[in-house]
Amino acid sequence: MNTLIYLDNAATTRPCDAALAAVNTSLMEAYFNPSASYTQGLHARKSLDACRTLIRSALKAHSVLFTSGGTEANNLAILGSMAGRHKRGKVLYLSVEHSAVAATCQSLAKTHDVRAIPVDGQGLINLDAAREMMDEDTALICVMQVNNEVGSVQPLQEVIRLRDERCPDAFLHVDGVQGFLRLPVSLCSGIDSYALSAHKVHGIKGCGALALAERMKLKPQLFGGGQEGGLRAGTENTAGVAALEAAIRDYPQENSLYLLKNRLKSGLLSLIPEATVNGPDADSTQSCGHILNMSFPPVRAQTMLNALEARGVLVSQGSACSSGSPKPSRTLQAMGLHKERMDSALRFSLGRFTTSQEIDTAVDLVWECYQELKQFTRR
Amino acid sequence: MKKHLLLVKYAEVHLKGQNRPFFQRLLLRNIRDAVKPFGGKAQLHDSRIFVSGYHDEEACARRISRVFGVHAVSPAVQMDKNDFKKICQTAVEMTRDVRGSFKVAARRSDKSYPMESPEICIEVGAYVLQHNPGLQVDVHRPEHVLQVEIRDDALIYVKSIQGVGGLPVGSSGKAMLLLSGGIDSPVAGYRVAKRGVELSAVYYHSFPYTGEQVKDKVIALGRILTDYCGPINLYIVSFTEIQQAIHEKCPDDFTTLIMRRCMTRIAGILAQKERALALITGESIGQVASQTLEAIACTDSVVNQPVLRPLIGSDKLEIIREAERIGTYETSCLPYEDCCTVFTPRHPVIHPKLKQADYAEKPLLESGLLIDMLDRAVNSADLIRIYPDAEETRSVK
Repeated sequence: MNTLIYLDNAATTRPCDAALAAVNTSLMEAYFNPSASYTQGLHARKSLDACRTLIRSALKAHSVLFTSGGTEANNLAILGSMAGRHKRGKVLYLSVEHSAVAATCQSLAKTHDVRAIPVDGQGLINLDAAREMMDEDTALICVMQVNNEVGSVQPLQEVIRLRDERCPDAFLHVDGVQGFLRLPVSLCSGIDSYALSAHKVHGIKGCGALALAERMKLKPQLFGGGQEGGLRAGTENTAGVAALEAAIRDYPQENSLYLLKNRLKSGLLSLIPEATVNGPDADSTQSCGHILNMSFPPVRAQTMLNALEARGVLVSQGSACSSGSPKPSRTLQAMGLHKERMDSALRFSLGRFTTSQEIDTAVDLVWECYQELKQFTRR
Repeated sequence: MKKHLLLVKYAEVHLKGQNRPFFQRLLLRNIRDAVKPFGGKAQLHDSRIFVSGYHDEEACARRISRVFGVHAVSPAVQMDKNDFKKICQTAVEMTRDVRGSFKVAARRSDKSYPMESPEICIEVGAYVLQHNPGLQVDVHRPEHVLQVEIRDDALIYVKSIQGVGGLPVGSSGKAMLLLSGGIDSPVAGYRVAKRGVELSAVYYHSFPYTGEQVKDKVIALGRILTDYCGPINLYIVSFTEIQQAIHEKCPDDFTTLIMRRCMTRIAGILAQKERALALITGESIGQVASQTLEAIACTDSVVNQPVLRPLIGSDKLEIIREAERIGTYETSCLPYEDCCTVFTPRHPVIHPKLKQADYAEKPLLESGLLIDMLDRAVNSADLIRIYPDAEETRSVK
């Protein structure tokens, strides 16, 4: 097997050295319970708070609480905010949301009017439809910052403007798992809650956070020792939080991923004329820097994925959280893609350790696989 | 002196005449292998098998109940036959959590024992009834039978776990199972193994159309089968080249049939290698186009060995129920995408004639292509020996 080319960074990322060192120190020397009253416990609490402050100021949030990851942060924002409301308001979520948001909203369908806001062919929110759907009954709106499958960047400012105009009391929750650190965001602008995950930004798994604006009131969904201001019981994951802080501080300021992504896109398009890009134009600001979704008809995605894996290139088919099941991607379906394009869609996702050499090799290998496999199609 | 042990009763082996020692030896061997992980030791005594020395009685008994040839397993207590009071007390202890109707059945092979069987029944029954108010006597249709046997020692047992029956694996030779990862083939293997046949298996891997996950799934299915029938040699045959050649050279409507014929040929060659006497498939008449009688005739014509199809008359639902019962269903249903649909014709021939099939296959025979491909497939096959214990999977080639 050739050396590994990892292009599945939207699924998870390799922890950076700084994060690993922080985990090590935390587990070896600072393993104390942050709720303990002796000095060591106090220090553990202080390092948690250091990360909290860092995230709070980066996001201009009122408060930040730590969770076990993005899924829990999304669940807490949605279920916690709705539990605090007395009236049965409407819940709107973007049709291309990650399951952590979509399934959580759907779980409210028995007691609330839950609806999915459609997207256009690029995976971007249909603002006209959103305007129609927002009314004074609306209690919660969930719009992700960056789509995890096609990398579309949602126009959050437009959504906030619509919300302020149509239903100013409705909370706006943003799933920032793919957007955090990669794109600027501020909770001052009108976002009420923002979920993030450490392992998507070179931290470690099992750690995430939920940033809250001042007006966002939550009811806890886990009960116990009253940690995290009573909103999230359970002894804090000090090592995970230490890694998250290190990963944030270590994250490169300059975002060179756009260049790499465009190199990948143009390389593939020039060699494989049959290929198409799914989602917004990779050069535009409506597309994020690290996710590129492309179809290679007529070769089925899983076949291509297997063939690429054998050559040392790891990519994914749609969203890794739902792959392993042959169901078509919800995002690509919502975008109204033709079946053949859906069946042959691969997601390449880049990370801070991706090199231009890797991109060039990957382009050659994708072309090689495609040439080999395209001759065999169902007749 | 009280000893806990498991009494294993065997099924059809009992009916064997002069061959019985042969079947008993195999059953004993298979049970010994099965109880090894529990630290248990099995011994043949008085035409019955006793297991002792295990550390987890319940799990050990369940494990034994899955060995083919076992009719039932009973946790029993062996003790001094001369202290009748103790025998009665032990009977009470063993029936402590038993409720409903019961009777005592006594057997006395030691004819010098001072009490006769009916007397033992009456005395033990009365004592138990006196100490367990949750029980009533019913000698005609009891829910529970408390067995007291007087041999060299006294043996007392009441509970029994139903075994899977059948004949001990190894008593009826070996066969080669075509294992696909679907629902049917593991059940087919189970049924044949139940008649004492040792299994080897072959899986056709079409990388990159089927991924590594599917291979893992097939190994997992094989491992579930080993629980019943002991270690299995699984051949993993790379099938992509053959599939692509069929796709390129043969008429569309015959591709599935020709593919089945190639699979059967390879299984036939591997069966010879393994000294397996037959092939096993999970086919059932009419389930898909390649499982019509005509298609089956075309497939069978390419091998000399008999092809066993134990599911031939079963409905899908019956097969699913059996798969659930033997524990393969959940694994068979793991949803890994099988991209071999690329090679599935939209309109496969349903009533092929042998002559047509031979003709459709002709392009593969030119310049010995098929023979070369079959050779390559057989010679490059990976062989994995699967043991019931997940950790012991190892490549032997």
